[in-house]
Amino acid sequence: MSNAAFILNGAAFEGAVTVTEAGLRGMITLRGDLGSEAMEKAVKASVGVALPKQRKIKSGKRGAVAWMSPDELLLLVDYDQADMLVAKMKSILAEEHHLVVNVSDARSMFTLSGAGAREVLAKGAPVDLSHSVFGKGAIRRSRIGQIAAAFWTLDGEELEVVCFRSVGAFMYDWLSTAAAKGSLPEYL
Amino acid sequence: MSTRLVAGGSVIDRETLVSFTFNGKVFNGHKGDTLASALLANGQTLVGRSFKYHRPRGIMASGVEEPNALVSLGDAGRFEPNQRTTTTEVFEGLTATSQNHWPSLEFDIGAINNKIPRLLPAGFYYKTFMKPQWAWKHLFEPIIRQSAGLGNAPKEADSDRYEYFYAYVDVLIVGGGMAGLAAALEAGKSGAKVLLIEQTANLGGRLAVDDALIDGRPSDVWLEQTIAELDAVDNVTIRTRMMGSGVFDHGYAMGYERINDHAPDNTAPRHRLWRIRAKRIVTATGALERPIAFAGNDIPGVMLASAVRDYVSMFGVSAGDSTVVITNNDDAYRTAITLKKAGLDVPAILDARPEANGPLPTEARNLGIRVETGKAIASVKGYKCVSGVEVCDQAGEGTILETIPCDVVAMSGGWSPVVHLWSHCGGKLNWDEANAMFSPDPTRPPLGADGTGFVVTAGTASGELQATAAMQNASSAGRQAATEAGFNSVDGATPVVIANDEDPMLPIWVMPQGAPYKLRSKSWLDFQNDVKVSDVRLAAQEGFESVEHTKRYTTLGMATDQGKLSNINGLAILADSLNAPIPQVGTTTFRPPYAPISLGSIAGEARGKLFKPIRKSPIDSWQAEHNAIWERVSDWRRPYTYRRDGETTEQAVTREINNTRNGVSILDASTLGKILVKGPDAAKFLDLVYTNMMSSLKVGKCRYGLMCNENGFLFDDGVVARLAEDEFLCHTTSGGSDTVHGWLEEWLQTEWWDLQVYTANVTEQFAQIAVVGPNARNVLEKLGGMDVSSEALAFMSFGDGELAGIQARPFRISFSGELSYEIAVPAAQGQAFWDKVMEAGEEFGMMPYGTEALHVMRAEKGFIMIGDETDGTVIPQDLKLGWAVSKKKADFIGKRAQERSHLQREDRKQLVGLLTENPQDVLPDGAHAVEGGKNRYGQENMIGHVTSTYFSPTLGHSIAMALIKGGSKRMGEVLTFPVGKDRVIKATVVDPVFYDKEGARQNV
Repeated sequence: MSNAAFILNGAAFEGAVTVTEAGLRGMITLRGDLGSEAMEKAVKASVGVALPKQRKIKSGKRGAVAWMSPDELLLLVDYDQADMLVAKMKSILAEEHHLVVNVSDARSMFTLSGAGAREVLAKGAPVDLSHSVFGKGAIRRSRIGQIAAAFWTLDGEELEVVCFRSVGAFMYDWLSTAAAKGSLPEYL
Repeated sequence: MSTRLVAGGSVIDRETLVSFTFNGKVFNGHKGDTLASALLANGQTLVGRSFKYHRPRGIMASGVEEPNALVSLGDAGRFEPNQRTTTTEVFEGLTATSQNHWPSLEFDIGAINNKIPRLLPAGFYYKTFMKPQWAWKHLFEPIIRQSAGLGNAPKEADSDRYEYFYAYVDVLIVGGGMAGLAAALEAGKSGAKVLLIEQTANLGGRLAVDDALIDGRPSDVWLEQTIAELDAVDNVTIRTRMMGSGVFDHGYAMGYERINDHAPDNTAPRHRLWRIRAKRIVTATGALERPIAFAGNDIPGVMLASAVRDYVSMFGVSAGDSTVVITNNDDAYRTAITLKKAGLDVPAILDARPEANGPLPTEARNLGIRVETGKAIASVKGYKCVSGVEVCDQAGEGTILETIPCDVVAMSGGWSPVVHLWSHCGGKLNWDEANAMFSPDPTRPPLGADGTGFVVTAGTASGELQATAAMQNASSAGRQAATEAGFNSVDGATPVVIANDEDPMLPIWVMPQGAPYKLRSKSWLDFQNDVKVSDVRLAAQEGFESVEHTKRYTTLGMATDQGKLSNINGLAILADSLNAPIPQVGTTTFRPPYAPISLGSIAGEARGKLFKPIRKSPIDSWQAEHNAIWERVSDWRRPYTYRRDGETTEQAVTREINNTRNGVSILDASTLGKILVKGPDAAKFLDLVYTNMMSSLKVGKCRYGLMCNENGFLFDDGVVARLAEDEFLCHTTSGGSDTVHGWLEEWLQTEWWDLQVYTANVTEQFAQIAVVGPNARNVLEKLGGMDVSSEALAFMSFGDGELAGIQARPFRISFSGELSYEIAVPAAQGQAFWDKVMEAGEEFGMMPYGTEALHVMRAEKGFIMIGDETDGTVIPQDLKLGWAVSKKKADFIGKRAQERSHLQREDRKQLVGLLTENPQDVLPDGAHAVEGGKNRYGQENMIGHVTSTYFSPTLGHSIAMALIKGGSKRMGEVLTFPVGKDRVIKATVVDPVFYDKEGARQNV
């Protein structure tokens, strides 16, 4: 995939919090009956972990799987593996109604690291980002400012944000503005 | 005159001097001063002019309720009009200028209005509409526009930045006075997450001024210990300089944090608008003191009694040397006592009540202050400052008994609880007869989603004016809020407050009771908008019985202070004029924000490059480098054309069209919406949402489809490709992808939830690159990879494979009428693919084209554009698209609607083509066709309008499409389009397909 380009070439902003463009990540949208055995099997075969609970993300050695809605999951995998895994899951789920599609290229992804990372998001997302509510393994599908976004934390500290590719540059500007030095409310 | 006292001032730092300017004069204040206290400390009592009569105005209050002392602050990018001096903290370098006067504050020509108030009566503005008719436009409007507004609007962009912050708490407490702190203590003990916000820089509220003993401790000690106790616990946060500005549905509150107004810098945002979701909201917002309506009560030096002692106690500032107190209650005696103890002169306390013998009046008398009961002020003497008061009996009509010289009048007409936040979301009020005030009715709170109240009032804001009862009420409010938020509150001992008891007040709405017109017309209710007792009475007399109507007619309470001081007095006067009880007249509606907040804070970060998201395609940077002239297409930016050196935009578009028709060009079509629809019922579902039949589409084929809403009107179109028996890819318009996806999901989730269908919006997964023109196939063949011949890939089909080593899905679809491939590749490889096409196409003269060339070419072909030929009232049949509306299907969205008689009418506006008489004349977009004669309004009879219009380089002729009444039957008719003064363009109705009617060029 030498032709594949991400939008800002891994730009980074050092403010009160560090904002970094995370590069290409394999992402797969998977819709279906989250209670079915085949679904569990498909997810396990792709990323090696069990299904996450509501508003949670679970990670393993081969990737992560996030709860997106009562009938939708998002799988995070290696960029180069996405098409292969889509095919694999299609065959596992062949007998039941489902939708599985590679959406890796539709997204831009950013990481926020540093103590105030969650406060940066709280300037734009109508979500309770306090440690007690938005802890390890939490994910929300929401908005940041005017942009649709999903964000999660695997370790309870560093945050990852995804949005549509077309607004990736806007998101980077937004996050860098919100992460400016001296601008954190120091509340969360 | 007003001055700084040698001692006192609990919130100022006498060691730190701060210099600032007022109207260019340099003044000194102390750190901790408000601009108001610093102005008074410098003897500046005249600070502005009133709105209508340009009367001299001084400082009246010490807080957010101030109606008069508004100034313009700062300059250039930090200029801001109408700022309250009483809530502005001074800082080094602050610049303030007074407002609403010319040529100067001291001498103002506009004050002539003051001499002719009879020409500006209540409802003056509305009366100017009536007659003579010419007068509004030529006389009154220019004058009113000239005089409207107090300060000037800023002329430069705001140089500060702003932001939002979302917070979630169990209990939000608004107000950091005694009640708020006591409620926080109780709620905090339960373990609930508590956020207490205080609008000023200091905690303590009135307790910081009016001493009491709390649990045996002096109030300042209790305050200090309580704040320390709250600071020590993790679950309670206190933030100052943050106003609770609004309460909204479901426990949503707005907090307005002024981060660095008191110390401007360039790093932090200036204001932060907090959007707080709270399980319970405690309003510990205190009470505001009411003025009394007597003649001359607006003269600088007439102040609220509590403000006069605030300035002494908090800022060490005296408002004047000699103060007469006028009151109808005991609380104002505290002012007299404070002043006397500070060594200032109090010639008299005039108490309108027949007697006053409580502990506070007794203490005042013991200090040697003269107390006169049953007395009133007939009139205040002075113009730019108070020089004395004329005393009369409250019971009479104003016969002057004596004149007392003084330079300050401290007035108190009682207190009104601050019920704004309680009322914002529907909390109801009771009329408290004894205290003559509206208080929250705890049995009728604003209700949340679960039907229970979500706002609890605490302390004085509950209507408990006495400190002991207020403390009990506040502690219990804190416990109630915590319990209702799901925590176990701990029943502890409520702190016991010992303060002076107060005797009942006596409601006084007009002073003296029988004040004649002469006095009433000088008795101000609304100081900022110049509304007097006589104005409200005139409104009542002219038939304005509703308080809401009276408010608008007189402008009472409509100034920037929203009537914090004037409303209760005004409605009491109205009630009296109507001979109705006050609660029957009721209050006007309390609306957020509690006090003005900056427009910047509402805009938040959304300005400059963050004003609105701009969606950029994967080819965006290449386009920017190649001189794309941008066009906004919904949220996307797309190249309108790529202009070369020396070209006009028009020439560039023509070049791009000619190159496409005669050679080959490339178009970035990535913005088209792409929605995947999959499942056993996918075909059935698409038959329902498209007007045409999709279930009959073969795998590997494409079909143009139309979507209508329930009313039968066309709202989106695009090509559907069948990927598999149970899987379709639906293309939408560039602006429609999110709407259409939402539309599909809504029908699936709410109406046809039994259908087994999933959708996914994959718009941005693909870059879609169109290679268009007679040489398109040659270019693709040169790229190498899959077979793109007409046999392997026929018109209206698609294939999956690789081109130039990149995974590709070419669709044989055409929006230009030429041989065309729209090739979808993974978005991240879109630029790489584009580069390879440009390279391979070089020998064929490949060049990119933009949206205008696309538009012209589609118009030449008679293809419609959603948003040009449709406007939400157009059905497919109007656009000659009846062939795409299935007659076989039992149902689809819009079918029933299209059967309605109005949509079946033959004389509906229908799509036609137009050729102008002169081929060079291009009709203006939107031009109307007229058919002679006038309608009943004297306007030309119109029969339709132009929807798309271009000069076609292909045909060498101007072309247009139009929606014309009964158009399909007007073929060959010549229509008349008036396009400006005396100019008319004539055009012949023709078929809207101007070019290659057989479609031979695209199907090769």
